[in-house]
Amino acid sequence: MSAGDWQAVGVTLRLAATTTLVLLLLGTPLAWWLARTQRSRAATVVDSLVALPLVLPPTVLGFYLLVLLGPQGALGQAFAALGLPPLVFSFWGLVAASVASSLPFMVQPLRDAFAGVGVRMTEVAATLRASPLDAFFSVAVPLSRRGFLSALTLTFAHTVGEFGVVLMVGGNIPGATRVLSIAIYDHAEAMNYAAAHALAGGLLLASFAALLALNLAHRRRTVAPA
Amino acid sequence: MTASTTIEARFAHRFGTSGFAFDVDLHLPARGVSVLFGPSGCGKTTLLRCLAGLQRAQRGRLVVGDQVWQDDASATFVPPHRRAIGMVFQEPSLFPHLSVQGNLDYGLRRVAGAVQRTMLATAVELLGIGALLPRRPDTLSGGERQRVAIARAIAVGPRLLLMDEPLASLDAARKQEVLPFLDRLHRELTMPVVYVTHAIGEVMRLADHVVALEAGAAKAQGPLFEMLARLDVPTLAQDDAAGVVLACTVAARDERWHLARMDFDGGVLWTRDVGHPLGSAVRVQVLARDVSLALAEPRETSIVNHLQGTVQSLVDDVHPSNVLALVRVGSVAVMSRLTRRSAERLALAPGQPVWVQVKAVAVVS
Repeated sequence: MSAGDWQAVGVTLRLAATTTLVLLLLGTPLAWWLARTQRSRAATVVDSLVALPLVLPPTVLGFYLLVLLGPQGALGQAFAALGLPPLVFSFWGLVAASVASSLPFMVQPLRDAFAGVGVRMTEVAATLRASPLDAFFSVAVPLSRRGFLSALTLTFAHTVGEFGVVLMVGGNIPGATRVLSIAIYDHAEAMNYAAAHALAGGLLLASFAALLALNLAHRRRTVAPA
Repeated sequence: MTASTTIEARFAHRFGTSGFAFDVDLHLPARGVSVLFGPSGCGKTTLLRCLAGLQRAQRGRLVVGDQVWQDDASATFVPPHRRAIGMVFQEPSLFPHLSVQGNLDYGLRRVAGAVQRTMLATAVELLGIGALLPRRPDTLSGGERQRVAIARAIAVGPRLLLMDEPLASLDAARKQEVLPFLDRLHRELTMPVVYVTHAIGEVMRLADHVVALEAGAAKAQGPLFEMLARLDVPTLAQDDAAGVVLACTVAARDERWHLARMDFDGGVLWTRDVGHPLGSAVRVQVLARDVSLALAEPRETSIVNHLQGTVQSLVDDVHPSNVLALVRVGSVAVMSRLTRRSAERLALAPGQPVWVQVKAVAVVS
């Protein structure tokens, strides 16, 4: 593998790790809110918005993000007004795009896990002197371990595999926005199948290993006597 | 606990969707077990949740001893985690990710003071769960789980213990396993307990004070012995297991016939000897369906217990063939369920002296 390919691997891992961390911080409260207010109209609307990236072509999402983050877009202008570097065609632009496109992979497993914890457990915690925040961390989070494991793995893996959104918003700048999926595309375009194989095969194996590990972890929790 | 821990609660709430409304005004004593009794849907669990602060009544005032937990006038509402309560839910609801010890420690770590450690020891001892401490909740039986849940609620040293049908999720055998522990709590705990149930047997066994709820309102409230002898509280008097409970002392035992003599304020009853030591105080249940009346002293009969009394009142029973009679015996009263035909044939009326035959009595605790 060339130095450029290793660079692409580095950018990809950095992007996936950053996106997963950002989404963990943003998605957890959102998922908690969705799990606890499932019957409200606002929650139904938000729930549908969260699921949008699952059904939209990535290029549509990427296009709107490009418009929004670009020099004429609302966010782009806000960034310029604050004296910050432009987001489009930068690493942080990629992070923003990946956060949007991977949102359901973080929020949905967490939402389902939180709903499974049930209101009773946090009520019991409250009668044992735990404040709502305390009850969240001491009861809801440990009881949602599996949900967190799924959400983190899926978000990370999905970010690694993202192509369309990344291409629209980030372009193809080596060391900054050139990620694995784009490097593979370039190699295939250039008929350099050997290089494409190395990256594609590696990605395939790594993704499979991650999902297998996740399923094994789930299975052990269900099968083993506690 | 000091005598000032009287509980005064007034809650009113109307549910938007179902139209169900409740409006209750409770004065509960500082000691002993107050039972909220009523059919399902009468609002007793909602009331308990309002006491805990898990639900906020639209209008309410709750004062426990010297603490105000809810007061509309001053916009006070203390959230549940700042109330000195212990709560036992219908389902044991143990934290599945913690051991029994971890469950007990959960609340304990969140209350201040070394004083609480003694409360934990007391709770573990009272509920007999010492051997269960290292176990995981999913390895316990239903009865054991509920005992741990009760210990967990007591271990935080609450000023008020709330119990929401703690036996309802258990089958008959498990109920029998847990009930003796509730008897012990009743005898040995000094904190006030509010206990929700729809089972009259639990009322007779555990209650000191009874609040009869119906359709979101408190129909009557008062001390157990008075409440059971009231014919005007339909939920109590119309139950198939309607009857009274007498406070008795074990006064003698007859070794030959395996019987024990229970003395109460007004007479004696012979019961099966179940081994209570002489001089101990017990509750003896006399169900209305086991009591018959006669105008002359019955002599040639297999029934052991005869008492002399005076008819105090008669009311209609659920079925038109029956009436309920309340008969004063000494300073207490017993209830008799008899056919309307018999009542007329004997020309029963208030003030009339009668003989009371008690076919069966049971020592409930």
